[in-house]
Amino acid sequence: MMDVLVQQLFFAGAEVWLAVMAMVLLVVGAFVGNRATAAISYASVLVLAAAVAFIIGLNGHPRVSLFGGAISTDALANFGRIMVFVTAALAIVLGDRWMKRVGLQKFEYPVLMLLAALGMSVMVSANSLISLYLGIEMQSLALYVLAAFSRDNPKSSEAGLKYFVLGALSSGLLLYGISLIYGFTGQVGFAEIANALPTSSKVGVVFGLVFMLAGLAFKVSAAPFHMWTPDVYEGAPTPVVAFFSSAPKLAAMILTARVLTEGFALATPEWQQVLIVIAVLSMIFGSFGGLVQGNIKRLLAYSSIANMGFALVGLAAGTAAGVQSVLIYMVIYMLTSLGLFAGLLVTARQGRPLESFEDFAGLAKVRPGLALVMTLLLFSAAGIPPLAGFWGKFFVFKAALDAGLVWLAVIGVVLSVIAAFYYLKLIKVMWFDEGDRPVDGIAWDAGLVALAMALFVGPISWFVLPVLEPWALRAAAILF
Amino acid sequence: MSSVGLPHFLGVAAIVFTVGVFGIFAARKNIIAILMSIELMLLAVNINLVAFSTYWGQVTGQIFAMFVLTVAAAEAAVGLAILVTFFRNRGDIAVDDASVMKG
Repeated sequence: MMDVLVQQLFFAGAEVWLAVMAMVLLVVGAFVGNRATAAISYASVLVLAAAVAFIIGLNGHPRVSLFGGAISTDALANFGRIMVFVTAALAIVLGDRWMKRVGLQKFEYPVLMLLAALGMSVMVSANSLISLYLGIEMQSLALYVLAAFSRDNPKSSEAGLKYFVLGALSSGLLLYGISLIYGFTGQVGFAEIANALPTSSKVGVVFGLVFMLAGLAFKVSAAPFHMWTPDVYEGAPTPVVAFFSSAPKLAAMILTARVLTEGFALATPEWQQVLIVIAVLSMIFGSFGGLVQGNIKRLLAYSSIANMGFALVGLAAGTAAGVQSVLIYMVIYMLTSLGLFAGLLVTARQGRPLESFEDFAGLAKVRPGLALVMTLLLFSAAGIPPLAGFWGKFFVFKAALDAGLVWLAVIGVVLSVIAAFYYLKLIKVMWFDEGDRPVDGIAWDAGLVALAMALFVGPISWFVLPVLEPWALRAAAILF
Repeated sequence: MSSVGLPHFLGVAAIVFTVGVFGIFAARKNIIAILMSIELMLLAVNINLVAFSTYWGQVTGQIFAMFVLTVAAAEAAVGLAILVTFFRNRGDIAVDDASVMKG
């Protein structure tokens, strides 16, 4: 009995380690105060690095189901956790330096990031409706606080409040759907639900499934549940937004893929329809909504809505290649978006961050390096070959075509051309518009992150993609 | 006069849930009322879970309801904390005017 418990705790080692260390660092912070912020930030990065090392050590191990089927460690969970932890570590570094510059340094920031990463780690390994819900809530509660982190700024607290109210509403919808699914199948484990589906009331289960998908669509900011995204992105501190736009989306996407394919494979035609509608709406709202924005953070919010639409196209294919394409797409999107937000943090004018199109006018004359990095990232986001963003879209649309969703892929390609307009507009503003007002010095931490991401979407991705592709396929194959 | 069965519980839960959802959109003047509406939604889910749990003769649903109660408490705490910072910045808690940002 004892041995089994120890063995299970070992395989859940990354989660246990994160939970314990988050609490330890919280207590240290509570006793030492904000003087310890830098130390706690670096310690958190080390904690995440150790968790990544542990998971890499587990890599290749066959699937292990833990705690009565609540969570499992497998290739998909490992893939998701490695990406989440790496992103969280980058966001902690970005945030710590930035908050020091604006005088917002508080030790709660890295601790909340660790807790959010823990929630996402539960999400990507969840194997039952209970752990799914607990993972989402753990992540969301930490993110609500992070959105309101700049607490003396009216915009930030408003962003936190809006995120909280709409997030709680979506959790309610998700939970109501879960209660119906539990009620009509009598099971909470994904595998058990799949076994119980043939004998359950189809109408009841599909009704619950639609509610649950609405909740999950909110978490990935897919239309028509995207209303919170622009406001939260505009109001929340920029490093926090960089995190919002990356890891939580990947975790929720993996969770959606897992619950739909493992739990509801028999209801594939039903959820496929829902996903197609959500994907098309997200691409439309994201592509057209971004055209009229003047604020770059709001623009990137619409960009992330559109990107979720493209990723959902891959998921709607409902095949292993589809899930593989979603994983590849999300990793590329995540790193591009992290780079773009880091680019916003690189410089300022008299301490005021560059956030509008006018702020960027003529940036190429005063900061050519930064303009070049941003241009590369924006080209990739627009899907210009041979940059990484193109390959992400290529895999997603190919998966949709192979699954016979030709018109969905056509709509996707057309809307991605429309979305390319606003990325190109920003590039045009940076290189060709008048304006050579001086900017402050370069913040090297954010600059290096942006540069690394720009190099990634450019030359590095040509070497990474051949590794990423089979890795994502191994992860996706777990579900089928 | 038939006895009270599963459909009755589900009916009550559906009504309470709907009241909660509408409450979120109707309570424009006061965020405390929104927090109460959120609580209503979660409690409606709990009625569902416990009713189904009895129907199937399992304890799973009741355990789930315990988790939901715990999370609801944490959610209320976080919500009230954010509400306090919002109030300090603006001096009132009406969402009507929560529009520093458009949207």
